[in-house]
Amino acid sequence: MPNVFIAFQRNEETRPIVEAIVADNPAAVVNEQPAMVKIDAPGRLVIRRTTIEDEIGRDFDLQELQINLITLTGHIDETEDEFVLSWNP
Amino acid sequence: MDMKASKKLSLKDRYNLMTRDLAWTPTYQAVQDVFPYTQYEGIKIHDWDQFEDPFRMTMDAYWKYQAEKERKLYAIIDAFTQNNGHLGVTDARYINALKLFLTGVTPLEYMAHRGFAHVGRQFPGAGPRVACLMQSVDEIRHAQTQIHSLSNYNKHYNGFQNWRHQHDRVWYLSVPKSFFDDAVTAGPFEFMVAIGFAFEYVLTNLLFVPFISGAAYNGDMGAMAFGFSAQSDESRHMTLGLEIIKFILEQDPDNLPIVQAWLDKWFWRGYRVLTLVAMMMDYMLPKRVMSWKEAWEVYAEQNGGALFNDLARYGVKVPKGWEQACKDKDHLSHQAWNTFYNYGAAAAFHTWVPSEADMKWLSEKYPDTFDQHYRPLWEHYAREQAEGRRFYNGTLPMLCQVCQVPMMFTEPDDPTKIAYRESDWRGNTYHFCSDGCKSIFDHEPEKYVQSWLPVHQIYQGNCFTADADPSQPDFDPLADVLRWYKLAFGQDNLDYADSQDKRNFEAWRSQATSN
Amino acid sequence: MTVKSVAPYDFPPQDTVDQFPAPLLYIGWEDHKMFCAPFCVPMPPTTLFGDLVKGALPGFFGAHPDFARIDWDQVQWIRSGQPWQPDAAKSLADNGLGHKSLIRFRTPGLKGLGGSSH
Repeated sequence: MPNVFIAFQRNEETRPIVEAIVADNPAAVVNEQPAMVKIDAPGRLVIRRTTIEDEIGRDFDLQELQINLITLTGHIDETEDEFVLSWNP
Repeated sequence: MDMKASKKLSLKDRYNLMTRDLAWTPTYQAVQDVFPYTQYEGIKIHDWDQFEDPFRMTMDAYWKYQAEKERKLYAIIDAFTQNNGHLGVTDARYINALKLFLTGVTPLEYMAHRGFAHVGRQFPGAGPRVACLMQSVDEIRHAQTQIHSLSNYNKHYNGFQNWRHQHDRVWYLSVPKSFFDDAVTAGPFEFMVAIGFAFEYVLTNLLFVPFISGAAYNGDMGAMAFGFSAQSDESRHMTLGLEIIKFILEQDPDNLPIVQAWLDKWFWRGYRVLTLVAMMMDYMLPKRVMSWKEAWEVYAEQNGGALFNDLARYGVKVPKGWEQACKDKDHLSHQAWNTFYNYGAAAAFHTWVPSEADMKWLSEKYPDTFDQHYRPLWEHYAREQAEGRRFYNGTLPMLCQVCQVPMMFTEPDDPTKIAYRESDWRGNTYHFCSDGCKSIFDHEPEKYVQSWLPVHQIYQGNCFTADADPSQPDFDPLADVLRWYKLAFGQDNLDYADSQDKRNFEAWRSQATSN
Repeated sequence: MTVKSVAPYDFPPQDTVDQFPAPLLYIGWEDHKMFCAPFCVPMPPTTLFGDLVKGALPGFFGAHPDFARIDWDQVQWIRSGQPWQPDAAKSLADNGLGHKSLIRFRTPGLKGLGGSSH
């Protein structure tokens, strides 16, 4: 199945976001490069607000992802609780 | 008394209330008069409310996050400047990639700003209007942040100072300039497919990831900071592009052939502009990130493959030039660098022969082609240079009528042969580098006969300084053209090996590390 | 008219022959991509083809080590993709060359730097 991916700047803000993504997407593969971290997943990737909040210990608004986001691929579906990337939604 | 608090609005509801629900259909004037450009391209839209902005940004969120990005960015730029960060790059050859970026890409950001402002006014739907206007503000932000970031390099190195003047005049810069001029002179729907989708979605990763990763790998925190900061806006742009394509295709089946023709055209035009990125990745970065071939395989073949696989349900096919672009990945960067090496006297950045270590890397990354086709060329140049005969080509090249790149591209099935295509139209002959460019011309010849081709313009006498006197016996036309370009001869151009940039960089770095 | 527009769209071409000091000629040397692209030069139509070859080509192509080795009797000419036999004693115009004509020449046996077609 073709991959979707999302890439963030690599910093202390995105570290828990990446950990949350890995926890919620068992098939995700993390690729670390200088200053950038790219996460590939087959067909679908979900980012959950509550998982991130557990990691960082404060409330989180998924729109905050914008600050460190570099690029992504796939159709987006965003609500207050989940940010989903997928092909053939 | 209990206060009865209503449930907070969902993201989707808040977005709708703050954007599309603020809009109304005009009644004092005919809709067609208020929005005069929506019919002529043949695209049929029946219900603008079907457009969904997946990011659902309202202005409060927009300004909050943009302000946060700006604060971070300028803090990094300040730190970089204060720390003489430019001395931390691998070596000053790298800085030439930034000259190419500032002269070639930054003006396009400004033009994108204007283009999105225009379509943001012309679309009858409130959803796409809001997204386009946000993109328009983003794009001028990008232009300005790039100028700020690169201004630090302008203090210390040659070739940055006349970027805006040069974008309108210099031979290789007509390639990106004509690309965007073509887009902004098209209708609003074509502009969205060309820039919003073909450029900002299909091809964007091939432009930005190499430049930004190149900055990161070569110690350039300043450029890297603006790059990543811009990229976060790019995700919204990509999303707009993909959503627009889906929306147009879902509105009416008659839209499919029009959209497919635009995809074919704009994939090819965008791919030709990326020639400059291919050569930057393989030849201009002292510390390389990945090869053009590898970048193409990841960001075009895999990622693009997944995208077109997904869009197949609308009847969309992979763009016409896709197969050729895949075949060319083994050759593109080498042929492009040879072009700039040839014309290094007329380029506003330095060029050089790859070192033995560089060639070892190229050989590993291009096992099927480098040693056979390109190593002999570089070794010849190196020998000539060592004997004081550094090769500069003194005769002007033939350009493609559409993409305006010198006719250096080869046949997709025979990389030893320059590809030639031509068309006759209303009594004149026109030449092209490829089937793709010929096809673009044949569809709209009235547009491309107007191409401002730098080489032709030089011969027409349109590229001389105001006080030039061609009748004088000692008049040197090419020298005058370089003055017209505001290219400082011996400073901005020629080989890196003899450059002031190299001497300065080495002297300053030595001062920073010894007493 | 194939350009879609909201008003009449009819503009003059940028590169008609009257705008140049002489008709443009494009000339390329097959298998010698050291010269990255074919050349574009204005050439008076009264120029004899033989003078073009002896007088102008050395300036364009002489930097290549193969140039001095060319056997001009063996050279094959191509015009707009078709084999073509120019007459050295006739002018460019009398040889049928006009504005934006494209000619190429192939030098059998000379395969560029290290045989790489460069």
